[in-house]
Amino acid sequence: MSTTGFGISARQIISKIFVYLLLGIGSIVVLLPLQWMISTSLKPLSHVFRFPPEFWPQKVVWENYPNALNQLPFDLYFANTVFIVVLCLLGEIIVSSVVAYAFSRLRWRGRNVLFIVVLATMMLPRQVTLIPEFIVFRHLGMIDTFWPLILPSWFGNPFYIFLLRQYFLTHSRELDQAAVIDGCSRFGVFWRITLPMSKPVLGAVAIFSFQFHWNDFFRPLIFLLDQDKYTLALGLRFFQGTYGTEWNSLMAVSLVVMLPLIIVFFFAQKHFIQGVVFTGYK
Amino acid sequence: MHSLKITVIFSLASIPLNIVFGLVIAMLLNTNIRGLSVFRTIYYLPAILSGVAVAILWQWIFSSDFGLLNTALRIFGIEGPAWLGSKIWVLPAFVIMRLWSVGGGMIIYLAGLQAIPTDLYEAAEIDGANWWQRIFRITLPMLSPTIFFQLITGVIFTMQIFTETFIMTDGGPANASLFYLLYLYRQAFQNFKMGYASALAWVFFIAILLLTVILFATARFWVYYEGESEEDN
Repeated sequence: MSTTGFGISARQIISKIFVYLLLGIGSIVVLLPLQWMISTSLKPLSHVFRFPPEFWPQKVVWENYPNALNQLPFDLYFANTVFIVVLCLLGEIIVSSVVAYAFSRLRWRGRNVLFIVVLATMMLPRQVTLIPEFIVFRHLGMIDTFWPLILPSWFGNPFYIFLLRQYFLTHSRELDQAAVIDGCSRFGVFWRITLPMSKPVLGAVAIFSFQFHWNDFFRPLIFLLDQDKYTLALGLRFFQGTYGTEWNSLMAVSLVVMLPLIIVFFFAQKHFIQGVVFTGYK
Repeated sequence: MHSLKITVIFSLASIPLNIVFGLVIAMLLNTNIRGLSVFRTIYYLPAILSGVAVAILWQWIFSSDFGLLNTALRIFGIEGPAWLGSKIWVLPAFVIMRLWSVGGGMIIYLAGLQAIPTDLYEAAEIDGANWWQRIFRITLPMLSPTIFFQLITGVIFTMQIFTETFIMTDGGPANASLFYLLYLYRQAFQNFKMGYASALAWVFFIAILLLTVILFATARFWVYYEGESEEDN
Protein backbone atom coordinates (compact mmCIF):
# COMPACT_ATOMS: atom_id res chain seq x y z
CA MET A 1 0.00 0.00 0.00
CA SER A 2 2.58 2.55 -0.92
CA THR A 3 1.16 5.96 -1.56
CA THR A 4 3.06 7.83 -4.14
CA GLY A 5 2.05 11.28 -5.20
CA PHE A 6 -1.48 12.31 -4.40
CA GLY A 7 -3.37 11.67 -1.18
CA ILE A 8 -4.35 8.39 0.25
CA SER A 9 -5.75 5.39 -1.53
CA ALA A 10 -9.39 4.39 -1.12
CA ARG A 11 -8.35 1.18 0.53
CA GLN A 12 -6.55 3.03 3.27
CA ILE A 13 -9.58 5.22 3.94
CA ILE A 14 -11.78 2.15 4.24
CA SER A 15 -9.43 0.43 6.61
CA LYS A 16 -9.21 3.60 8.69
CA ILE A 17 -12.99 3.78 8.97
CA PHE A 18 -13.03 0.12 9.93
CA VAL A 19 -10.49 0.72 12.70
CA TYR A 20 -12.46 3.65 14.12
CA LEU A 21 -15.66 1.65 13.94
CA LEU A 22 -14.18 -1.27 15.86
CA LEU A 23 -12.61 1.00 18.47
CA GLY A 24 -15.83 2.97 18.83
CA ILE A 25 -17.95 -0.13 19.36
CA GLY A 26 -15.35 -1.46 21.80
CA SER A 27 -15.40 1.79 23.77
CA ILE A 28 -19.17 1.65 24.08
CA VAL A 29 -19.00 -1.94 25.31
CA VAL A 30 -16.33 -0.98 27.86
CA LEU A 31 -18.24 2.05 29.14
CA LEU A 32 -21.70 0.44 29.22
CA PRO A 33 -21.24 -1.26 32.61
CA LEU A 34 -20.38 2.09 34.17
CA GLN A 35 -23.32 3.78 32.47
CA TRP A 36 -25.55 0.97 33.74
CA MET A 37 -24.20 1.51 37.21
CA ILE A 38 -24.92 5.25 37.20
CA SER A 39 -28.33 4.78 35.64
CA THR A 40 -29.38 2.12 38.16
CA SER A 41 -28.11 4.19 41.06
CA LEU A 42 -30.50 7.01 40.12
CA LYS A 43 -33.65 4.95 39.64
CA PRO A 44 -36.40 4.54 42.20
CA LEU A 45 -36.51 0.94 43.41
CA SER A 46 -39.80 0.27 41.64
CA HIS A 47 -38.18 1.19 38.32
CA VAL A 48 -35.14 -1.00 38.94
CA PHE A 49 -37.29 -4.08 38.52
CA ARG A 50 -39.22 -2.90 35.49
CA PHE A 51 -39.35 -5.16 32.54
CA PRO A 52 -37.92 -4.49 30.05
CA PRO A 53 -35.28 -2.53 31.97
CA GLU A 54 -34.97 1.21 31.30
CA PHE A 55 -31.68 2.19 29.85
CA TRP A 56 -31.86 5.75 31.14
CA PRO A 57 -33.68 6.41 34.40
CA GLN A 58 -37.10 7.90 33.59
CA LYS A 59 -37.28 9.38 37.03
CA VAL A 60 -34.05 10.58 38.59
CA VAL A 61 -33.82 10.11 42.34
CA TRP A 62 -30.73 11.86 43.64
CA GLU A 63 -31.81 11.04 47.20
CA ASN A 64 -30.66 7.47 46.61
CA TYR A 65 -27.15 8.60 47.37
CA PRO A 66 -27.61 10.21 50.80
CA ASN A 67 -30.17 7.57 51.74
CA ALA A 68 -27.86 4.71 50.88
CA LEU A 69 -24.78 6.25 52.46
CA ASN A 70 -26.68 6.89 55.70
CA GLN A 71 -27.43 3.20 55.99
CA LEU A 72 -23.88 2.55 57.07
CA PRO A 73 -21.26 4.52 58.99
CA PHE A 74 -19.72 5.62 55.77
CA ASP A 75 -17.56 8.36 57.33
CA LEU A 76 -16.04 5.89 59.74
CA TYR A 77 -15.26 3.31 57.05
CA PHE A 78 -13.88 6.00 54.83
CA ALA A 79 -11.63 7.27 57.62
CA ASN A 80 -10.46 3.73 58.44
CA THR A 81 -9.67 3.04 54.81
CA VAL A 82 -7.80 6.30 54.30
CA PHE A 83 -5.82 5.70 57.48
CA ILE A 84 -4.75 2.22 56.38
CA VAL A 85 -4.07 3.19 52.78
CA VAL A 86 -1.94 6.20 53.70
CA LEU A 87 0.18 4.29 56.22
CA CYS A 88 0.67 1.38 53.82
CA LEU A 89 1.61 3.73 51.02
CA LEU A 90 4.13 5.61 53.16
CA GLY A 91 5.67 2.38 54.39
CA GLU A 92 5.96 0.89 50.97
CA ILE A 93 7.55 3.99 49.47
CA ILE A 94 10.00 4.65 52.29
CA VAL A 95 11.15 1.09 52.96
CA SER A 96 11.17 -0.12 49.37
CA SER A 97 13.19 2.86 48.16
CA VAL A 98 15.76 2.50 50.94
CA VAL A 99 16.14 -1.21 50.21
CA ALA A 100 16.29 -0.59 46.48
CA TYR A 101 19.01 1.99 47.08
CA ALA A 102 21.06 -0.55 49.00
CA PHE A 103 20.61 -3.08 46.21
CA SER A 104 21.58 -0.66 43.47
CA ARG A 105 24.20 1.64 44.98
CA LEU A 106 25.94 0.07 47.94
CA ARG A 107 28.39 -2.78 47.69
CA TRP A 108 28.13 -5.42 50.34
CA ARG A 109 28.67 -9.14 50.76
CA GLY A 110 25.80 -11.34 49.72
CA ARG A 111 24.00 -8.54 47.93
CA ASN A 112 23.24 -10.47 44.78
CA VAL A 113 22.15 -13.58 46.61
CA LEU A 114 19.79 -11.58 48.77
CA PHE A 115 18.42 -9.78 45.73
CA ILE A 116 17.55 -13.11 44.15
CA VAL A 117 15.83 -14.13 47.37
CA VAL A 118 13.75 -10.94 47.20
CA LEU A 119 12.82 -11.68 43.59
CA ALA A 120 11.89 -15.24 44.49
CA THR A 121 9.35 -14.00 47.03
CA MET A 122 7.64 -12.18 44.17
CA MET A 123 6.72 -15.53 42.66
CA LEU A 124 5.15 -16.67 45.90
CA PRO A 125 1.46 -15.75 45.98
CA ARG A 126 0.70 -13.92 49.19
CA GLN A 127 -2.07 -16.33 50.03
CA VAL A 128 0.45 -19.13 50.41
CA THR A 129 1.99 -17.49 53.45
CA LEU A 130 -1.31 -16.18 54.72
CA ILE A 131 -2.01 -18.85 57.29
CA PRO A 132 1.38 -18.75 59.02
CA GLU A 133 1.07 -14.99 58.90
CA PHE A 134 -2.34 -15.16 60.51
CA ILE A 135 -1.01 -17.41 63.29
CA VAL A 136 1.93 -15.08 63.91
CA PHE A 137 -0.37 -12.07 64.21
CA ARG A 138 -2.64 -14.03 66.52
CA HIS A 139 0.29 -14.78 68.79
CA LEU A 140 1.14 -11.09 68.76
CA GLY A 141 -2.43 -10.32 69.79
CA MET A 142 -2.96 -8.18 66.72
CA ILE A 143 -6.06 -9.80 65.27
CA ASP A 144 -8.85 -7.27 64.92
CA THR A 145 -6.45 -4.33 64.82
CA PHE A 146 -5.04 -2.42 61.86
CA TRP A 147 -1.55 -3.73 62.54
CA PRO A 148 -1.68 -6.85 60.32
CA LEU A 149 -2.82 -4.66 57.43
CA ILE A 150 -0.19 -1.98 57.87
CA LEU A 151 2.91 -3.70 59.28
CA PRO A 152 3.73 -5.88 56.25
CA SER A 153 3.97 -2.75 54.11
CA TRP A 154 6.75 -1.51 56.37
CA PHE A 155 8.84 -4.57 55.54
CA GLY A 156 9.15 -3.71 51.89
CA ASN A 157 7.37 -5.02 48.85
CA PRO A 158 9.54 -7.11 46.49
CA PHE A 159 7.79 -5.84 43.41
CA TYR A 160 8.36 -2.18 44.25
CA ILE A 161 11.95 -2.90 45.35
CA PHE A 162 12.61 -4.45 41.98
CA LEU A 163 11.00 -1.55 40.10
CA LEU A 164 12.89 1.09 42.06
CA ARG A 165 16.20 -0.74 41.83
CA GLN A 166 15.94 -1.00 38.06
CA TYR A 167 15.23 2.70 37.89
CA PHE A 168 18.05 3.69 40.25
CA LEU A 169 20.48 1.66 38.15
CA THR A 170 19.84 3.91 35.16
CA HIS A 171 21.22 6.94 37.04
CA SER A 172 24.87 7.69 36.59
CA ARG A 173 27.13 7.24 39.57
CA GLU A 174 29.16 10.34 38.80
CA LEU A 175 26.65 12.65 40.40
CA ASP A 176 26.74 10.56 43.58
CA GLN A 177 30.49 10.62 43.65
CA ALA A 178 30.64 14.37 43.12
CA ALA A 179 28.24 14.86 46.02
CA VAL A 180 30.31 12.60 48.28
CA ILE A 181 33.43 14.58 47.43
CA ASP A 182 31.55 17.73 48.37
CA GLY A 183 30.95 16.21 51.79
CA CYS A 184 27.51 14.73 51.31
CA SER A 185 26.69 11.67 53.40
CA ARG A 186 25.32 8.40 52.04
CA PHE A 187 21.90 9.31 53.25
CA GLY A 188 22.30 12.79 51.78
CA VAL A 189 22.98 11.27 48.38
CA PHE A 190 19.89 9.11 48.68
CA TRP A 191 17.68 11.93 49.90
CA ARG A 192 18.95 14.81 47.75
CA ILE A 193 19.95 13.09 44.55
CA THR A 194 18.49 9.63 44.07
CA LEU A 195 14.95 10.34 45.26
CA PRO A 196 14.43 13.65 43.43
CA MET A 197 15.68 12.02 40.24
CA SER A 198 13.20 9.16 40.59
CA LYS A 199 9.92 11.05 40.78
CA PRO A 200 8.22 9.23 37.90
CA VAL A 201 8.84 5.78 39.31
CA LEU A 202 8.00 6.87 42.86
CA GLY A 203 4.72 8.22 41.49
CA ALA A 204 4.03 4.90 39.85
CA VAL A 205 4.73 2.99 43.07
CA ALA A 206 2.49 5.36 45.04
CA ILE A 207 -0.36 4.83 42.61
CA PHE A 208 -0.02 1.04 42.54
CA SER A 209 0.07 0.98 46.29
CA PHE A 210 -2.98 3.23 46.62
CA GLN A 211 -4.92 1.20 44.08
CA PHE A 212 -4.05 -2.11 45.70
CA HIS A 213 -4.83 -1.17 49.28
CA TRP A 214 -7.97 0.73 48.36
CA ASN A 215 -9.39 -2.31 46.59
CA ASP A 216 -8.02 -4.89 48.99
CA PHE A 217 -10.69 -7.13 50.44
CA PHE A 218 -9.05 -10.41 51.37
CA ARG A 219 -6.77 -9.20 54.14
CA PRO A 220 -9.26 -6.90 55.91
CA LEU A 221 -11.77 -9.75 55.71
CA ILE A 222 -9.45 -12.05 57.58
CA PHE A 223 -7.90 -9.69 60.08
CA LEU A 224 -10.76 -7.36 61.03
CA LEU A 225 -13.77 -8.53 63.03
CA ASP A 226 -15.23 -5.53 64.80
CA GLN A 227 -17.60 -3.56 62.58
CA ASP A 228 -16.20 -0.27 63.82
CA LYS A 229 -12.87 -1.16 62.24
CA TYR A 230 -14.25 -2.09 58.83
CA THR A 231 -12.76 -0.66 55.68
CA LEU A 232 -14.95 0.51 52.80
CA ALA A 233 -14.55 -2.82 51.03
CA LEU A 234 -15.79 -4.71 54.07
CA GLY A 235 -18.53 -2.18 54.73
CA LEU A 236 -19.71 -2.57 51.16
CA ARG A 237 -19.79 -6.33 51.57
CA PHE A 238 -21.80 -5.96 54.78
CA PHE A 239 -24.18 -3.54 53.06
CA GLN A 240 -24.67 -6.03 50.24
CA GLY A 241 -25.49 -8.74 52.76
CA THR A 242 -28.16 -6.57 54.38
CA TYR A 243 -29.70 -4.79 51.39
CA GLY A 244 -28.98 -7.48 48.83
CA THR A 245 -31.70 -6.64 46.35
CA GLU A 246 -31.84 -2.86 46.60
CA TRP A 247 -29.76 -2.53 43.52
CA ASN A 248 -30.14 1.23 43.25
CA SER A 249 -28.64 1.74 46.72
CA LEU A 250 -25.98 -0.89 46.10
CA MET A 251 -24.91 0.78 42.86
CA ALA A 252 -24.86 4.19 44.54
CA VAL A 253 -22.60 3.04 47.37
CA SER A 254 -20.36 1.01 45.06
CA LEU A 255 -19.92 4.01 42.83
CA VAL A 256 -18.98 6.25 45.75
CA VAL A 257 -16.41 3.65 46.86
CA MET A 258 -14.92 3.56 43.36
CA LEU A 259 -14.94 7.31 42.94
CA PRO A 260 -11.62 8.17 44.63
CA LEU A 261 -9.85 5.72 42.34
CA ILE A 262 -11.50 7.15 39.26
CA ILE A 263 -10.60 10.70 40.31
CA VAL A 264 -6.99 9.76 41.01
CA PHE A 265 -6.90 7.96 37.68
CA PHE A 266 -7.98 11.02 35.72
CA PHE A 267 -5.53 13.30 37.48
CA ALA A 268 -2.57 10.96 37.45
CA GLN A 269 -3.29 9.06 34.28
CA LYS A 270 0.18 9.69 32.94
CA HIS A 271 1.78 8.11 36.01
CA PHE A 272 -0.57 5.15 35.85
CA ILE A 273 0.33 4.38 32.29
CA GLN A 274 4.01 5.09 32.79
CA GLY A 275 4.04 2.82 35.82
CA VAL A 276 2.37 -0.04 34.05
CA VAL A 277 4.74 0.31 31.17
CA PHE A 278 7.76 0.32 33.50
CA THR A 279 6.68 -2.96 34.96
CA GLY A 280 5.34 -4.90 32.07
CA TYR A 281 7.64 -4.03 29.33
CA LYS A 282 11.31 -5.07 29.46
CA MET B 1 -9.58 -31.40 43.94
CA HIS B 2 -12.65 -30.01 42.29
CA SER B 3 -11.73 -26.41 43.15
CA LEU B 4 -8.24 -26.71 41.67
CA LYS B 5 -9.76 -28.11 38.48
CA ILE B 6 -12.24 -25.30 37.97
CA THR B 7 -9.61 -22.70 38.83
CA VAL B 8 -7.33 -24.12 36.14
CA ILE B 9 -10.19 -24.35 33.62
CA PHE B 10 -11.14 -20.78 34.34
CA SER B 11 -7.53 -19.63 33.91
CA LEU B 12 -7.09 -21.56 30.68
CA ALA B 13 -10.08 -19.73 29.24
CA SER B 14 -9.48 -16.32 30.74
CA ILE B 15 -5.75 -15.79 30.18
CA PRO B 16 -5.58 -16.47 26.41
CA LEU B 17 -8.73 -14.44 25.77
CA ASN B 18 -7.32 -11.51 27.67
CA ILE B 19 -4.09 -11.71 25.74
CA VAL B 20 -5.80 -11.92 22.34
CA PHE B 21 -8.22 -9.07 23.04
CA GLY B 22 -5.47 -6.97 24.58
CA LEU B 23 -3.26 -7.48 21.55
CA VAL B 24 -6.01 -6.74 19.04
CA ILE B 25 -7.03 -3.51 20.75
CA ALA B 26 -3.39 -2.45 21.07
CA MET B 27 -2.81 -3.11 17.37
CA LEU B 28 -5.90 -1.14 16.41
CA LEU B 29 -4.71 1.73 18.58
CA ASN B 30 -1.27 1.59 17.05
CA THR B 31 -2.44 2.58 13.56
CA ASN B 32 -1.77 6.31 13.72
CA ILE B 33 -5.30 7.16 14.71
CA ARG B 34 -6.55 10.42 16.12
CA GLY B 35 -7.82 10.50 19.66
CA LEU B 36 -5.40 7.80 20.75
CA SER B 37 -5.24 9.10 24.31
CA VAL B 38 -9.05 9.22 24.61
CA PHE B 39 -9.44 5.62 23.47
CA ARG B 40 -6.55 4.55 25.66
CA THR B 41 -8.15 6.17 28.71
CA ILE B 42 -11.50 4.51 28.04
CA TYR B 43 -10.05 1.05 27.57
CA TYR B 44 -7.72 1.35 30.51
CA LEU B 45 -10.23 2.72 33.04
CA PRO B 46 -11.83 -0.62 34.05
CA ALA B 47 -8.39 -2.11 34.71
CA ILE B 48 -7.83 0.16 37.70
CA LEU B 49 -11.17 -0.79 39.25
CA SER B 50 -11.46 -4.05 41.11
CA GLY B 51 -12.60 -5.51 44.36
CA VAL B 52 -15.98 -5.55 46.01
CA ALA B 53 -17.57 -2.63 44.16
CA VAL B 54 -16.81 -4.16 40.77
CA ALA B 55 -18.02 -7.57 41.89
CA ILE B 56 -21.34 -6.08 42.98
CA LEU B 57 -21.66 -4.21 39.70
CA TRP B 58 -21.17 -7.40 37.70
CA GLN B 59 -23.53 -9.34 39.86
CA TRP B 60 -26.18 -6.85 38.80
CA ILE B 61 -25.11 -6.95 35.15
CA PHE B 62 -25.48 -10.74 35.13
CA SER B 63 -28.95 -10.62 36.71
CA SER B 64 -31.08 -12.85 34.50
CA ASP B 65 -34.23 -10.73 34.15
CA PHE B 66 -33.13 -7.16 34.81
CA GLY B 67 -29.41 -7.33 34.07
CA LEU B 68 -27.59 -5.35 31.43
CA LEU B 69 -26.15 -8.33 29.62
CA ASN B 70 -29.39 -10.16 29.03
CA THR B 71 -31.13 -6.90 28.15
CA ALA B 72 -28.48 -6.31 25.50
CA LEU B 73 -28.79 -9.90 24.25
CA ARG B 74 -32.57 -9.48 23.94
CA ILE B 75 -31.99 -6.69 21.42
CA PHE B 76 -30.49 -9.38 19.22
CA GLY B 77 -33.35 -11.73 20.01
CA ILE B 78 -31.29 -13.96 22.29
CA GLU B 79 -32.69 -15.03 25.63
CA GLY B 80 -29.59 -15.14 27.84
CA PRO B 81 -29.00 -17.75 30.53
CA ALA B 82 -29.22 -17.11 34.26
CA TRP B 83 -25.40 -16.67 34.28
CA LEU B 84 -24.52 -16.72 37.96
CA GLY B 85 -27.39 -19.05 38.74
CA SER B 86 -26.38 -21.60 36.14
CA LYS B 87 -23.82 -24.33 36.72
CA ILE B 88 -22.79 -24.15 33.07
CA TRP B 89 -22.68 -20.39 32.61
CA VAL B 90 -21.15 -19.26 35.86
CA LEU B 91 -17.55 -19.81 34.71
CA PRO B 92 -18.09 -18.07 31.35
CA ALA B 93 -19.63 -15.20 33.32
CA PHE B 94 -16.41 -14.81 35.31
CA VAL B 95 -14.38 -14.97 32.11
CA ILE B 96 -16.49 -12.18 30.61
CA MET B 97 -16.10 -10.09 33.72
CA ARG B 98 -12.34 -10.44 33.68
CA LEU B 99 -12.31 -9.46 30.02
CA TRP B 100 -13.63 -6.07 31.02
CA SER B 101 -10.23 -5.18 32.49
CA VAL B 102 -8.33 -6.19 29.39
CA GLY B 103 -6.96 -2.63 29.25
CA GLY B 104 -4.19 -3.41 31.72
CA GLY B 105 -2.45 -5.76 29.29
CA MET B 106 -3.38 -3.59 26.34
CA ILE B 107 -1.37 -0.63 27.68
CA ILE B 108 1.71 -2.82 27.92
CA TYR B 109 1.32 -4.25 24.41
CA LEU B 110 0.80 -0.76 23.06
CA ALA B 111 4.08 0.38 24.60
CA GLY B 112 5.74 -2.69 23.12
CA LEU B 113 4.29 -2.02 19.69
CA GLN B 114 5.41 1.57 19.72
CA ALA B 115 8.95 0.44 20.45
CA ILE B 116 9.19 -1.73 17.33
CA PRO B 117 11.38 0.16 14.87
CA THR B 118 9.38 1.25 11.83
CA ASP B 119 12.22 0.47 9.44
CA LEU B 120 11.49 -3.23 9.97
CA TYR B 121 8.04 -2.70 8.48
CA GLU B 122 9.38 -0.54 5.70
CA ALA B 123 11.91 -3.19 4.76
CA ALA B 124 9.20 -5.84 4.81
CA GLU B 125 6.96 -3.74 2.64
CA ILE B 126 9.69 -3.28 0.08
CA ASP B 127 10.17 -7.04 0.08
CA GLY B 128 6.47 -7.39 -0.68
CA ALA B 129 5.26 -8.74 2.62
CA ASN B 130 1.51 -8.48 3.05
CA TRP B 131 -0.38 -7.44 6.17
CA TRP B 132 -0.64 -10.94 7.66
CA GLN B 133 3.00 -11.64 7.04
CA ARG B 134 3.99 -8.42 8.73
CA ILE B 135 1.94 -9.32 11.79
CA PHE B 136 3.16 -12.90 12.08
CA ARG B 137 6.76 -12.33 11.05
CA ILE B 138 7.49 -8.98 12.68
CA THR B 139 4.91 -7.79 15.20
CA LEU B 140 4.30 -11.00 17.12
CA PRO B 141 7.93 -12.14 17.33
CA MET B 142 9.05 -8.67 18.43
CA LEU B 143 6.31 -8.61 21.02
CA SER B 144 6.81 -12.17 22.23
CA PRO B 145 8.84 -11.30 25.36
CA THR B 146 6.05 -8.93 26.43
CA ILE B 147 3.40 -11.56 25.75
CA PHE B 148 5.43 -14.08 27.68
CA PHE B 149 5.67 -11.77 30.67
CA GLN B 150 1.92 -11.19 30.55
CA LEU B 151 1.32 -14.91 30.40
CA ILE B 152 3.38 -15.57 33.52
CA THR B 153 1.87 -12.74 35.55
CA GLY B 154 -1.55 -13.69 34.15
CA VAL B 155 -1.24 -17.20 35.60
CA ILE B 156 -0.35 -15.92 39.04
CA PHE B 157 -3.02 -13.22 39.01
CA THR B 158 -5.87 -15.23 37.48
CA MET B 159 -5.42 -18.29 39.68
CA GLN B 160 -5.84 -16.04 42.71
CA ILE B 161 -9.43 -15.11 41.93
CA PHE B 162 -11.26 -14.71 45.22
CA THR B 163 -13.21 -11.51 45.86
CA GLU B 164 -15.48 -11.97 42.84
CA THR B 165 -16.64 -15.46 43.82
CA PHE B 166 -16.92 -14.52 47.45
CA ILE B 167 -19.21 -11.59 46.65
CA MET B 168 -21.10 -12.75 43.58
CA THR B 169 -21.77 -16.46 43.99
CA ASP B 170 -20.17 -17.64 47.21
CA GLY B 171 -18.91 -20.62 45.25
CA GLY B 172 -22.30 -21.55 43.85
CA PRO B 173 -24.40 -22.80 42.26
CA ALA B 174 -23.61 -26.30 43.54
CA ASN B 175 -19.91 -25.40 43.98
CA ALA B 176 -19.57 -24.62 40.26
CA SER B 177 -17.55 -21.50 41.08
CA LEU B 178 -15.80 -22.71 44.21
CA PHE B 179 -12.40 -21.40 43.19
CA TYR B 180 -9.34 -22.59 44.99
CA LEU B 181 -8.76 -19.65 47.29
CA LEU B 182 -12.40 -19.56 48.35
CA TYR B 183 -12.10 -23.22 49.31
CA LEU B 184 -8.88 -22.46 51.19
CA TYR B 185 -10.51 -19.53 52.95
CA ARG B 186 -13.44 -21.66 54.07
CA GLN B 187 -11.21 -24.40 55.41
CA ALA B 188 -9.00 -21.98 57.30
CA PHE B 189 -11.37 -19.36 58.60
CA GLN B 190 -14.77 -21.03 58.72
CA ASN B 191 -13.86 -24.61 59.59
CA PHE B 192 -10.67 -23.50 61.37
CA LYS B 193 -8.64 -26.34 59.87
CA MET B 194 -5.43 -24.33 59.73
CA GLY B 195 -3.21 -27.33 59.07
CA TYR B 196 -5.28 -28.56 56.18
CA ALA B 197 -5.54 -25.06 54.75
CA SER B 198 -1.77 -24.68 54.99
CA ALA B 199 -1.38 -27.88 53.00
CA LEU B 200 -3.84 -26.49 50.46
CA ALA B 201 -1.71 -23.37 50.20
CA TRP B 202 1.35 -25.45 49.40
CA VAL B 203 -0.50 -27.43 46.74
CA PHE B 204 -1.62 -24.12 45.26
CA PHE B 205 1.93 -22.84 45.19
CA ILE B 206 3.19 -26.01 43.54
CA ALA B 207 0.42 -25.85 40.94
CA ILE B 208 1.36 -22.28 40.02
CA LEU B 209 5.04 -23.17 40.03
CA LEU B 210 4.41 -26.14 37.71
CA LEU B 211 2.43 -24.01 35.27
CA THR B 212 5.17 -21.40 35.31
CA VAL B 213 7.89 -23.97 34.74
CA ILE B 214 5.96 -25.46 31.81
CA LEU B 215 5.56 -22.01 30.30
CA PHE B 216 9.26 -21.29 30.71
CA ALA B 217 10.09 -24.59 29.05
CA THR B 218 8.02 -23.68 26.00
CA ALA B 219 9.44 -20.17 25.89
CA ARG B 220 12.48 -21.06 23.81
CA PHE B 221 10.25 -22.23 20.99
CA TRP B 222 8.33 -19.02 20.60
CA VAL B 223 9.82 -16.16 22.59
CA TYR B 224 12.25 -14.15 20.59
CA TYR B 225 14.78 -11.94 22.32
CA GLU B 226 16.51 -9.31 20.34
CA GLY B 227 20.21 -9.91 20.06
CA GLU B 228 19.83 -13.66 19.92
CA SER B 229 20.73 -15.14 16.60
CA GLU B 230 17.62 -16.06 14.71
CA GLU B 231 17.34 -19.58 13.44
CA ASP B 232 16.21 -20.21 9.91
CA ASN B 233 12.99 -22.00 9.40
